[in-house]
Amino acid sequence: MTSPMTQRQITVTVNGAARAATVEPRRTLADFLRHDLDLTGTHLGCEHGACGACTVVLDGAAVRSCLILAVQADGHEVTTVEGVADDGAMHPIQQALWDNQAFQCGFCTPGFVMSIYGMVGEGCGRLSRQEIREELSGNICRCSGYQKIVDGVEAALSGEVTA
Amino acid sequence: MKPAPFEYWAPTSLDEALKLLSGFDDPGDAKVLAGGQSLMALLNLRLAQPAYIVDLNGIAELSSISRDNGTLTIGAMTRQRIAERSADVAAACPLMVQALQQVGHPQIRNRGTVGGSLAHADPAAELPTLAVCLGADLVMRGPSGERTVNARDFFTGFLSTVLAEDEILTAVRIPAAGPGTGSAFEEVARRHGDFAMVGVAAHVQLNGDTIAAASIALSGVDGQPVHAADAGAALAGQTPSDDVFAAAGAAASAGLDPTSDLHASGAYRKHVAGVLVRRALKVATARAKENQ
Repeated sequence: MTSPMTQRQITVTVNGAARAATVEPRRTLADFLRHDLDLTGTHLGCEHGACGACTVVLDGAAVRSCLILAVQADGHEVTTVEGVADDGAMHPIQQALWDNQAFQCGFCTPGFVMSIYGMVGEGCGRLSRQEIREELSGNICRCSGYQKIVDGVEAALSGEVTA
Repeated sequence: MKPAPFEYWAPTSLDEALKLLSGFDDPGDAKVLAGGQSLMALLNLRLAQPAYIVDLNGIAELSSISRDNGTLTIGAMTRQRIAERSADVAAACPLMVQALQQVGHPQIRNRGTVGGSLAHADPAAELPTLAVCLGADLVMRGPSGERTVNARDFFTGFLSTVLAEDEILTAVRIPAAGPGTGSAFEEVARRHGDFAMVGVAAHVQLNGDTIAAASIALSGVDGQPVHAADAGAALAGQTPSDDVFAAAGAAASAGLDPTSDLHASGAYRKHVAGVLVRRALKVATARAKENQ
């Protein structure tokens, strides 16, 4: 029988490295990443699952880190935006967004990158612009108007961008 | 905001979870956590402040999809995205795939569960409406054993069901779609992925060129999903036509008295309900024809 706890020791594999911490069960995965691990690339917008800024990849699937408890990630693998670049060189997804100027203020960008990273990781292949919009409907951008983001994703999925 | 403090329990079997739920001083102070795509938001906003959280994510036995003897059974903790992509679900319940594609966004469906959506019972949600349309059976376990309640008797009001505080929803059983059947899920929302202002699930069984049976359910027009039983039953024996579908839409809408809110007026919802019923029946009938 698991015991009740108000503090819990957890170990989460974050960007390939095992990270241990003691957290309150009410700690969200987003706050664990930002406050306990200082991984502030994951942004927090609405904190109730509407905006998508806090998207990370958990065990291969893009999810809202504000709607998951840190204790639920114990023993699981998390990839954040800090984990997609290869030793300082941008990931092809990042390069494609960069090439297409797919951001303005950049607040939503980590969430978009991780949603796309999740799609690519699942082997989404090439998608139509409409399909891209549906896949990314869970990420809100308040400045770009989305056109450039869709351009960037099209480029990223074309396989022609390398970084 | 951040959740208020709670005690966190993560059982690894259904029996353990049930023992926990009935062991708390006040079982009403406990919340069962499934995919968390509604409950976590309520915790973050402190609209819910339970003393205990019982997390079902470690219970592997609740996650399964199986098909036998004309019934599709989906375990309560099956992720919506898994169900959406399942060949068994696509074959036995195409309406489920259509409905799931309109639930939130991919990132929500990656985590959200089939049972969680049913137990949460949001009146605007897709899966409760689907379950009512198809007359699915909901299976629940409590300290005194298992019981099964039809979806048409399961929902009792806004975010309310017949589930007792010490019970857990374990599975949904859906009659598999046979030859000559077709279904459709139509909704109107402000933005793709938002909760619908009105949603309609329709299921049609054809016998040659005649409708043998039809079922219609609506979301967003009352505190719980609405089964338009009379409008559905009146379609039996009819030859499908635009006039027949329009009459069914008018009949389904006539009995509704939706409330007004920030998103839409009651009168608008009532009008849209009739239009969506007509559209859903037309699409469902075309699919039933293809499926003969």
